[in-house]
Amino acid sequence: MTSQAAATIDRSVSVRLLDLRRTFDGGVEALAGITLDVAPGQFAAILGPSGCGKSTLLRLVAGLDRPTCGTVELHPPLDRRRFAYVFQDAHLLPWRNVLRNVALPLELAGIAQRQRQAAAVDALEQVGLAEVLRRYPAQLSGGMKMRVSLARALVTRPKLLLLDEPFAALDEITRQKLDQQLRDLWLAHRMTVLFVTHSTAEATFLADRAVVLSRRPARVVADLPIDLPQRRDALLRASPQFAAATKTIYQALERGGA
Amino acid sequence: MRGGKFIANVLPPVLVLIVVTAAAEGIIRALAVPMFLLPRPSTVLQYMAQHPADLLASLGTTAQAALIGFFASAVIGMILAISLSASSVTRRAFYPYAVFFQTVPIVAIAPLLMIWCGPGLAAVAVSALVVSIFPVIANTLAGLLSTDPALEDLFRLHGAGRWARLWKLKLPSATPHIVTGLRIAAGLAVIGTVVGEFLVGLMGSGEGLGVRIVSAKKLGRTDELFAAVLIASLLGLAMFAAVNLAGRLLLRHWHASEQD
Repeated sequence: MTSQAAATIDRSVSVRLLDLRRTFDGGVEALAGITLDVAPGQFAAILGPSGCGKSTLLRLVAGLDRPTCGTVELHPPLDRRRFAYVFQDAHLLPWRNVLRNVALPLELAGIAQRQRQAAAVDALEQVGLAEVLRRYPAQLSGGMKMRVSLARALVTRPKLLLLDEPFAALDEITRQKLDQQLRDLWLAHRMTVLFVTHSTAEATFLADRAVVLSRRPARVVADLPIDLPQRRDALLRASPQFAAATKTIYQALERGGA
Repeated sequence: MRGGKFIANVLPPVLVLIVVTAAAEGIIRALAVPMFLLPRPSTVLQYMAQHPADLLASLGTTAQAALIGFFASAVIGMILAISLSASSVTRRAFYPYAVFFQTVPIVAIAPLLMIWCGPGLAAVAVSALVVSIFPVIANTLAGLLSTDPALEDLFRLHGAGRWARLWKLKLPSATPHIVTGLRIAAGLAVIGTVVGEFLVGLMGSGEGLGVRIVSAKKLGRTDELFAAVLIASLLGLAMFAAVNLAGRLLLRHWHASEQD
């Protein structure tokens, strides 16, 4: 078990942001110097007021945008195909069935059909959707679409998983179920995760560390460890430790001007 | 269920058709409108029953030109839209000239088409093309430019090249827009064909519906004229319906409401 965990940690990647700044063309300053070290296999939640530049930060890490100055370093340097990015909405292709949606990243990487289908089925099993392979997005509920989106992220066996408020549009019950699923998936794979959210409870439940950003232009207000058990379930949400951790994050958000 | 729905959709317009036709018949009889002004519906139907072979031959000639024009504007229009979508510079430089297709008076350039293509099928098909290509260009372009930016990011993140983005993302995303463009183009292609035949066909090509309309007018045969107009309209309707059906098949998975 220990050696297996070590092996999986070895597969993941560290993220180092050094004085990362981003000013948009119109002069809007989104990030005012973010310095952050995320260890391999760490689950870090990034919180902040809405519109504070959290998404900008994630896009810079993914290489979808260039910083005005500062650097993003990944160790070991990572093939961009081993990134996965989950958006706020599922963003599935409506003309493809579930299986072909999930296989898309591998298709774009030029993997043979047989292999990518097998990997897609595997990823769908991990999110508990093996029975809807042939359905189309229009036939799925919001929660199921989001799980398909998650499976599409997992299909490349990512070393770095970037999630931009992925469950924000879902109802509370569905959201808690998906939080549980994501936490369990992370325990199984131990990829490095950057999870953007504005929910203190979600950050507490999911992450081992909460990085709190200020209002725009964003800087790091607080960097808080979350000392809760590795394995987490619904009961934990009712515990005093959970409430205490949530409160600490909330206070930091207040300080940042949320 | 399905049959019931079909009847519910088809019955009302058919009833309207029957009522309006009967009313027209009655009014024209009652007012004794002379035939050279307005034929009775029964006279038109009678003409159609007596000359089925002639009318079918004309329909064939017109349909051929309209279909060639329509498919040409579909293919060429989409290729032009893809080229225009490639960069904002090409778009700014060439789009005003695409608008030309919408504003060009076909009646004015038809003689020119005749000089270039000779009086016949080619000139008529080109006339259909010129009239019907703009909605294909405009709608395809709008579709190509409205791709979900998050999906563009996803494709870029996974290393998709220009062609993969075009074939696997942009064109499929643009399908609803393209279908809309083709639906408009289908009707316009028939109009372009008939107008082309008015001007070109007179010079001695096959007897298309447009040619028949012009000659019937000269002879004062309003029953023949109405029959030809009716058939041309039905051709436009049939092409529109065919595009509609193809669009529904292509888009059947997009919306939950189109399932079943």
